[in-house]
Amino acid sequence: MEVLIQTLVAGILIGGIYALIGLGMTLIMGVMRIINLAHGQLMMVAMYITYTLFDFFHVDPYFSLLVTMPALFFLGAMIQKYLLNPLLKVESILPQNQVLMTVGVAMVLTEVMRFIFHSNYKSVKTSYSSAAFYLGGISFNLPMFIAFCIAVSLTVGLFFFLLQTDTGRSVRATAQNKDAALLMGINAEWITYLTFGIGAALAAGAGTLLLPIFYLFPDVGGPFTLKAFVITVLGGMGSTVGAIVGGVVLGVAESLGATYISMALKDAVAMVIFLLVLIFMPGGLKTLTKV
Amino acid sequence: MKSIRWSILIPILLLAVFPLAIPSDYYRHIIIMALMWVVIGSSWNLIAGYTGQVSFGHAIFFGTGAYTAGLCVTQLEISAWWGMLLAGPMAMIVAFLIGCICFRLRGPYFNLATLAIGEIFRLVAIVWKDVTEGMQGILIMQTFRSKVPYYFLALALAGLCVFAIYRIVRSKWGFYFVAIREDQDAAESMGVSSFRYKSISLMVSAFFTGLAGAFYMNYMGFIDPEVVFSLYFISIMAILVGIIGGVGTIWGPAIGAFIMVLLQETFRSSFFGVFPKWISEAHVLVFGLLVIFVIRFMANGIVGDWAKAKRFFSRSATLAPAKTGAE
Repeated sequence: MEVLIQTLVAGILIGGIYALIGLGMTLIMGVMRIINLAHGQLMMVAMYITYTLFDFFHVDPYFSLLVTMPALFFLGAMIQKYLLNPLLKVESILPQNQVLMTVGVAMVLTEVMRFIFHSNYKSVKTSYSSAAFYLGGISFNLPMFIAFCIAVSLTVGLFFFLLQTDTGRSVRATAQNKDAALLMGINAEWITYLTFGIGAALAAGAGTLLLPIFYLFPDVGGPFTLKAFVITVLGGMGSTVGAIVGGVVLGVAESLGATYISMALKDAVAMVIFLLVLIFMPGGLKTLTKV
Repeated sequence: MKSIRWSILIPILLLAVFPLAIPSDYYRHIIIMALMWVVIGSSWNLIAGYTGQVSFGHAIFFGTGAYTAGLCVTQLEISAWWGMLLAGPMAMIVAFLIGCICFRLRGPYFNLATLAIGEIFRLVAIVWKDVTEGMQGILIMQTFRSKVPYYFLALALAGLCVFAIYRIVRSKWGFYFVAIREDQDAAESMGVSSFRYKSISLMVSAFFTGLAGAFYMNYMGFIDPEVVFSLYFISIMAILVGIIGGVGTIWGPAIGAFIMVLLQETFRSSFFGVFPKWISEAHVLVFGLLVIFVIRFMANGIVGDWAKAKRFFSRSATLAPAKTGAE
């Protein structure tokens, strides 16, 4: 019983960070209708920025959020403006050109980082990296717990932005119906930059929060890209609430898989869930709740 | 028409005399790899470029083919060449089953499903040690020490594959495929069973990719799951070969394959030793930049947008519409 609760706790904590990754992806998917296959790589870039700040200037990883999130916001908006939006005007055989473009972006980001930092594993060793506290016999990893709390507050902030501000409403309007939004005087093109920027910034947040726990190398992005779209499909494409639920479900499922099946098959668990959802519930959890 | 024939015949003749004229095993190896990628790229192009179902999981069929050949040796204790016979049908069976799952899905959902299945295959091949030997991989003895027999086998395979796909896209099937790509619902309403023709397209594509996999096993003598089921080195590479050459064209993937393999090798060997060593690390970076450039400026690939590129360089102001669609 204790093992089960411990597994669930670990799953939910990591799930909070997964939710952050999934939220960014689902926003991009909702507004632009594309899968961003560079999502994990954007996160990886943020992790390297955090690492550099820590290594050279001894900035605490949690403070570097203030640098990585704006930096990645800018990078994301630029990618959208100069690489993805121009493709809309081009006549091509495959409609998935934008998705293929993100594959190219992902490759370039990974290789540029490999060029600068080489393939070695890096990690950020803080004084609290392996600290833990206990609550009724269940251990909570301290950096994981802090990361979870920050992830939750970022999520709350995002929801406030989407539900309460005019710009946030414009984002939702564009996601629901781009043409109607245009007719209502929303600058839809500007909204796409904003959305990709926010998506990238959320991924950056997740990356920075993960760094005290996780190690870092240039190829770390790929698996997280896979996780991001598993979460998004699980929650229902374009659904923000779904992404949160999907993130937590994925975290718990992985954690259960690692404890009860095998460590090696942990990633396969995610893929199998993903396929089952695609086949039996293509709309994701969204179809159950209608949110 | 006559000029087109020559433009096909001359490269084939050049390729046929190449291994006899150039006695270097290194250069033969590069061209063998390029020919193998012609097979994979062309077959990816059949399902993605002609039928419009962009597969992110062609490593499934390549790996299935390679493991079929490898398992012939380790499990059945027969020659790996039997794999050349069995790999095609095996990959077709896998393709049919995957089709049953994935063809219910459209657009991005289909891409993601194939990607996920590819990852599952890779993980299973790693974990199922009793059969696949896991990460240790499968090591066999190559039959020939010289590369020349492999070279002609690869050439024959590439020729067969391109010719078969050429015939298929000009047959009734080909028109059904393009109809499904252009508008699946319209095709359905005209009585084209989209499931059946997508399955046929995927199975033909898988057949040739599986053959390429079995060839790889025989030629290299070593496979492991991280190589033959690799997302980046097989599945994504197949897509890159296709889009750089030109999707929905016969010769696009062939040209894309040569460009990609030659580029990769040029960088990997730091421009054959002319440039300093650090440049060899840049080959994937160059791929990425090339992909971004091609998608941004030549959305239909080098073959598909050849007219556009020529116009750009000759700077003539004629505004003839770029040729798109199937060749």
